[in-house]
Amino acid sequence: MASDRVGSGDDVRRAHDDHPPFRYPDYKSTMARSPERDMVTVLRTLSERTGPGPAWSAVEDDDADLTTNAGTGGRAIGARIVVTGRVLDAHGAPVPDTLVEIWQANAAGRYTHWRETEYDAPLDPNFLGVGQCHTDADGIYEFLTIRPGPYPWGNHPNAWRPAHVHLSLLGPALGSRLVTQLYFAGDPMLELDPIYCSAPPHSRHRMLAHYDHDVSVENWATGWRFDIVLAGEHATPGERQDD
Amino acid sequence: MGRPRRTRQTPSQTVGPFFGMALGREGDEVLVDDDTPGERIRLEGRLLDGNGDPVEDGLVELWQADASGRYRHPLDDWDPPPSTGDARGFTGFGRCPTAFETGAWAFDTIRPGAVADPAGGMQAPHLNLVVQARGMLDALFTRVYLDDEPANEADRVLQSVPAERRATLVATRQDGDDPPTFVLDLHLQGPDETVFLDV
Ligand SMILES: [Fe+2]
Repeated sequence: MASDRVGSGDDVRRAHDDHPPFRYPDYKSTMARSPERDMVTVLRTLSERTGPGPAWSAVEDDDADLTTNAGTGGRAIGARIVVTGRVLDAHGAPVPDTLVEIWQANAAGRYTHWRETEYDAPLDPNFLGVGQCHTDADGIYEFLTIRPGPYPWGNHPNAWRPAHVHLSLLGPALGSRLVTQLYFAGDPMLELDPIYCSAPPHSRHRMLAHYDHDVSVENWATGWRFDIVLAGEHATPGERQDD
Repeated sequence: MGRPRRTRQTPSQTVGPFFGMALGREGDEVLVDDDTPGERIRLEGRLLDGNGDPVEDGLVELWQADASGRYRHPLDDWDPPPSTGDARGFTGFGRCPTAFETGAWAFDTIRPGAVADPAGGMQAPHLNLVVQARGMLDALFTRVYLDDEPANEADRVLQSVPAERRATLVATRQDGDDPPTFVLDLHLQGPDETVFLDV
């Protein structure tokens, strides 16, 4: 009965059937890093119903223009894109003032990371590939960045990651924690990528950014729309645990 | 009618090997400063895979109540300040990428206070961890209890875990350290697999 669930928050838990399985043989590294026992379901307490999103978002600043935030005075090379969308909770309500963190490869498919890569693609001194911003009162975030390039990886012969942007959100509750990847609708490499394909068929399309002509800025950048739905429930300030 | 039917959630994807660019900022594993009330503790361990090998590219995040058992969250009667700039204070949140050679992670924090149990009474003091890594397609959630807390014996969540797996949730206090150090290894798989919670 629905009434049994009121206050238990079961309807805002992380919905495992929307997410990839932990064990996914086509992505080899999952094999030793996936639990084999069942999770233990707990009655949600304040430890689960709260989360770091509000407090952490309050101490982080915006840094949403990845085309200039390397601070060199120069501009990053590549196709400029605006990426925007809404962050929603499990009931479809906007999550305002929440931090969205992103990282990505440059236009050539190279990360500014100390880890070595055998991929001989150039670094761009004017591109870090890291940014963060907050959603506004309607749950809307927006970045200006460079369309990332695809890059090879070692999972299987001739393996390539389709172009993607990594996103990290904390959201309203502990179980809202989401790290995902934004892909570009229409990319023919998606069906070949075990990481993209690890998500259930019914939910893969939720990782696609779509071209939106209303977001494009004339003579400046193409526009892409990407909405994000989190587990958990946004609580407006002043709502008490016993309301 | 009750609440609207839930909206389908955006699927999780792995943090991959390069998350440190954005989520690996040095200092985020220290939750306290000189003004933070409460007993200082250090919580540390390793993140290990099913072969017992260190996970060299994992991310452990910590979420905990303050010394009086309060979370910095609107549901615990706390409103985010307009802007705190560099004056972070205690947020209750920390982040630590695992060390490349050893899979080790550590937090400098305070002993959390007890938080109410909606089923009645108080829960034993505990810290909440979120674990991610390259090779993990979704985040895992667990709790850490401290082995010197008598309230563990009556904690509903801890006691609901099968006795033979309970130790995977309890960090062990080391002798002689000041501030006290509590140690707990996290096992993603295998005979000592950590108990993960559906939150
Ligand atoms: Fe990537």
